[in-house]
Order: sequence, then structure tokens, then C-alpha cells
Amino acid sequence: MESNQYDVIVIGAGPAGLTAGIYSSRAKMKTLIIDTGTIGGQMILTFEIANYPGVESTTGYQLAKTMKNQAKNFGCDILSNVRLTDVEFDSKIKSVTINDKDKYAAKVIIWATGGRSRMLNVPGEKKFKGRGISYCATCDGDFFQDKEIVVIGGGNSALEEAVALTKYASKVTIIHEFDHFQAFEHAVSEARKNPKINFIMESHVVEFTGGDSLEKVKIKNLETGDISEKKIDGAFIFVGYEANNDFLKDKDIKLNDWNEVLVNNNYQTSVEGVFAAGDALAKRYRQITTAVADGTIAALNAIEYINRK
Amino acid sequence: MLQTNLKHVESEGQYNETLQNNENVMICCGRMGPMCVPVYDAMEDLEKEYTNIKFYDMDFDIPDAHVIRNLPECRGFMGLPFTVYYKNGKVVTATTSIQNYEQIKEILEREY
Ligand SMILES: Cc1cc2nc3c(=O)[nH]c(=O)nc-3n(C[C@H](O)[C@H](O)[C@H](O)COP(=O)(O)OP(=O)(O)OC[C@H]3O[C@@H](n4cnc5c(N)ncnc54)[C@H](O)[C@@H]3O)c2cc1C
Repeated sequence: MESNQYDVIVIGAGPAGLTAGIYSSRAKMKTLIIDTGTIGGQMILTFEIANYPGVESTTGYQLAKTMKNQAKNFGCDILSNVRLTDVEFDSKIKSVTINDKDKYAAKVIIWATGGRSRMLNVPGEKKFKGRGISYCATCDGDFFQDKEIVVIGGGNSALEEAVALTKYASKVTIIHEFDHFQAFEHAVSEARKNPKINFIMESHVVEFTGGDSLEKVKIKNLETGDISEKKIDGAFIFVGYEANNDFLKDKDIKLNDWNEVLVNNNYQTSVEGVFAAGDALAKRYRQITTAVADGTIAALNAIEYINRK
Repeated sequence: MLQTNLKHVESEGQYNETLQNNENVMICCGRMGPMCVPVYDAMEDLEKEYTNIKFYDMDFDIPDAHVIRNLPECRGFMGLPFTVYYKNGKVVTATTSIQNYEQIKEILEREY
């Protein structure tokens, strides 16, 4: 078999992709895993993982490293920090091109590109990232000791992180677009009873402004349309996640309205020989355990598919 | 000490020596946190490709990291890691918070 020819190419090296790689290489399938970023996916973004059974408590970095070593030890080739520039999924032999030049072919593709934090996409957001705007309370919270900050969002992450940030900040204002929260009741009540937290509801942040660092947010009241300015030192944005499926737009793989991949009971997409797993799927619960389960099922079905051909 | 495969800058003395003895230097000053690890990871890969540049990390929480924390080029930075690029001992670019492989590569291509 030529060096660029594989049985299975897995796209994405989060827990779903690494698990798929472990199962497929262990079944003696020649397997390549490709990732545009760091091996581990969103696990790398997680300080403490306490709900992965069998491991009492660990860091995302450590769990990612262990999964990567397992995949490598079973014989997977892994390429990280590469650019996926083209895919050809429709023919019998599928192929992917990276960095515009290197082409790899396989009998089966497992799509496991996961998800990412959604940005607000308003003026000033990019400019002040790291200069007052953050997406990680555990990473950057201590820069805001005794400062006034806003937290944008109304789900579990926003409310839980707002409470966590009161350890540092003197005042935390939660800005949310609806008149109610989508978070679990206990997260809402924890936030409501915290004396440092107050709320601006039914409002959108429409712009971030400042000099060297963030100084103000412009807030639009969605009921009245009025725009006001608020002086702040920092803003933490937790407005949900979206699937990393931009690459599949205009391809034959069926997606739902939120750009999430649709699969059948065997985790096969609408294109034969292309399977999918993890947070990239249309599914309700997005966790490491569910990603690992999806990766297992997709890989086992992919192996069966290859053996049947 | 950070658990990376990069060389570490562990003191102010070593920092000064590194800048004195090398033309092109990149130092990423952070913790083992979610925004920092992807930067170290990209640096480990880029180190193989850019042999004319010295790649280092530095623990943000050691006292001597003031050499980076207090750089004028890092004023206003409130996101880890602080990543600084030097040419002949002078800062040419500094970034705050996570950067991906492509963004770092673009800076290396532009500055060195
Ligand atoms: C802050 C945070 C904390 C969390 N805490 C927990 C927790 O405590 N417990 C828990 O169970 N879950 C937790 N989760 C959720 C969990 O991390 C995810 O559900 C899980 O990582 C999804 O796995 P995945 O493999 O599907 O996708 P991901 O982990 O998102 O990995 C996908 C990979 O694909 C890569 N990729 C994307 N696009 C492309 C492309 N075009 N080409 C090639 N590669 C690509 C990405 O770089 C990434 O490495 C947390 C998530 C976050 C963000």
C-alpha cells in the first residue's frame, strides 16, 4: 500500500476522532488522523474533567495526551496543525488534501470535527480579545481582581462562569438577550443570590470600544431599541457552541439547519463510506463520554463496511 | 516548570542571555491552561521548520516572569499567554491570548 493510502482517514482529533482512531488501528486498519489544530480538541480547553468514568479527576490536557498516546501506540498516523484544503468524498476511494499539496486517500472517512465557542461577531470583539475580552474564566479571571466586568450569555456556562468570576471581580453584570435563562435552575439561583451579580435582560451587546484595552460596551435594549454605553474593565463571552462543519457546506453530506451532520443508526452520513462522530453531529448531549461512544460506533461500522466490500 | 517539550526560560539572567546570544527568539509566557497549550503545541511543530528561530516558554507565575509581564509591548494584555517575538534583543511583535498555528506562522514569516 502506498504511503499516502489508508483504510481510514479520521478528520478531527478530539475525543471522538481519537477513539475512532484507536478502534480502527487496533483492528489493523491503516489509519490517519488529521487535525487543523491541537490534538485533543475541546478537551484541551477544559481545566478539570471530573465526569469521565474511570478517571477520578484529571486535566483536559492530560486526558488528551493519554488518548493521543493510545492511538499512536496502536499504529495511527497523526497530523496536527495542518490546513485541510480539499475533500473528495463522493467517489469509491475518498481523498483529502492538506496544505494545498499533500493528498491522502482512504476507503472510509470518519468526520469528527467537533465544535467551537460561538463569537458574538460585533465590532471590537477581535481587537480586544486578550485585551479585556475573554472566553475562559479560569484562564484570565485573575486579571480582573476588583474590576467591573460583564458576562454575555444566558446558558449554564455563562451563569456558572459569572459566579466563578465573582471570586475576582468587584461587580459582574450578566447581559442576556431573552427575559429568561436557558440554564439549569440551580445555576440560575446560584447567580441570582450572589450579591456581586446583577442582570441586564433582553439586550444585545452591539460594540466593544476602548484604547489599549477594553473600556466600554454598547448595549442595545431589544424592547425599546435604545442604545446605552457601559464603562467596564472586562467582558467574558459564553454564547454557546457551533459545529465545525463549514467545510461541508455545498458538499453532498446532509446537514440540519444548524449545520450539524445527520447520520443513520450506523453513524453513516448521507454519503456512502463517510461516517461521522462527536459534537459535529446533530445530537442533544455533547460530552467527552458521548463523543467517545460515537467514535467507537462510527469506527466499528466503518470497519465492517470495509470488510464487506 | 511548564510541561512542554520546548526549552524553558527560568530566570531573568537566562532571559537576558538568550536575547543576547540569539538573533531571532520567540517566548511564550503562560500556564498549562487551555489558551496556552495550543500555542506551545504549535511552537513545538514550528520549531522543526524554523531552525533560524529559538523557541522558548516561560512560566507566567515565577517572579522573574516580570521581564515579560512588564514589557511596554504587553501593556493592556489581559489574556494568557503573552507571546513575544524578538529580533536582535528588541521586541518586534507581541500577542495576547490564544493564537493558532497559522497566525503564529504568519508572524514568523513576516518578522524573520
Ligand atoms: C470549556 C469546556 C469545558 C468542557 N468540560 C467538559 C467536561 O468537564 N466533561 C465532558 O464530558 N465534556 C466537557 N466539554 C465538552 C467536550 O469537550 C466535548 O463534547 C468533546 O470534546 C467533543 O468531542 P469531539 O471529538 O466531537 O470534538 P472536539 O473536541 O471539538 O474536537 C474536534 C477536533 O477537530 C478539529 N477540526 C475542526 N475542524 C477541522 C477540519 N476542518 N479539519 C481537521 N480538523 C478539524 C479541531 O481542531 C478539534 O481538535 C467541555 C467543553 C468545553 C468547551
